[in-house]
Amino acid sequence: MKYEITKNTSHTLLSLSGDIDLHSSSELRKQIISICKTKAPLQIDLEKVTYLDSSGVACFVEAYQLTKKNDSEFWLINISNPVMQVIKLARLDSVFPIR
Amino acid sequence: MDEIIKVSALTTHYGTSKVLNSIDLSIRRGEIMVIMGGSGSGKSTLLRHILSLNHPSSGSIEILGKDIWKIDTEELNELRKKIGVAFQGGALFGSMTVEDNIAFPLRELTNLDEETIKIMTRIKLEIVNLSGFGHYMPSQLSGGMLKRAAVARAIIMDPQILFFDEPSAGLDPVVAAELDDLILNLRDAMNITIVVVTHELDSAYKIADRITVINKGDLLLVGTVDEIKSSDNQKVQDLINRTPRKQSINAEEYLSRLTDNI
Repeated sequence: MKYEITKNTSHTLLSLSGDIDLHSSSELRKQIISICKTKAPLQIDLEKVTYLDSSGVACFVEAYQLTKKNDSEFWLINISNPVMQVIKLARLDSVFPIR
Repeated sequence: MDEIIKVSALTTHYGTSKVLNSIDLSIRRGEIMVIMGGSGSGKSTLLRHILSLNHPSSGSIEILGKDIWKIDTEELNELRKKIGVAFQGGALFGSMTVEDNIAFPLRELTNLDEETIKIMTRIKLEIVNLSGFGHYMPSQLSGGMLKRAAVARAIIMDPQILFFDEPSAGLDPVVAAELDDLILNLRDAMNITIVVVTHELDSAYKIADRITVINKGDLLLVGTVDEIKSSDNQKVQDLINRTPRKQSINAEEYLSRLTDNI
């Protein structure tokens, strides 16, 4: 997994690429928590994600919860069909804000 | 389609009796392969070999391109992380809650943070419709719930291959059908390869992409549900039509068996 953080005036964009799995999700969580501490709205771009497992989904759940606690915002963009299948299996497709 | 599991000339003897007789089998990525056979057919022995729990007398098994009897322990352990198994009886630890049972492989085999482990575990409980039962002890669950908890543990590591040993055994038809739907959902959503060992015909017909029929250690046929149903192999037809076995009695041998050592 690779990531790129872009700080915009209205939100922070976290662009992810590659495989998000048991080996890489700890790093993802670290970055998400770090961004959430700034209380900036968090947008996660999944366009270049080739594989997502439930450890990655768990990171998004935590990110959503943290931004809610901070009265901030969280949303996902550019979700490919295979990644959406994993989110759907976890029954989170109607929970996560997806734009 | 990629070959995920390749069984070649697998033979097993227990003493003088041959349990598996030169089995060749190929299982493809993303398919649901059902291994069927009557009691004593050798299907469970085949599963134990594929899971590298028992060593065969001869032959080889490759999983994800690795010969499981030639790789070292470290490689085998890495391979096992990519495999989930839902055992017949559930095989949950009786002294742990359901949630702790499901989380166990993550806590033992990964360095994930506890928060991630807890969320992953609750996602799996949701997937198998056991949301809210995580704090129960296994002894407090029904048979169907135990099976679903076992499935949740089997998928906790997001495996590439998932094995079910007699998933419907002991379940009422409605609960068994729910489990069949769960198996189909898992394959569709996770694109994993699923191998199901069962003697339940209805379940096999519902979930299988292909069925392997084994009888007395011999592989009789590998085919789609339609190919199995239309097979002209009498032993296959006996199995799927549940024809009772005809006992052919050799009078002299029978008398000898009854009076041996008397």
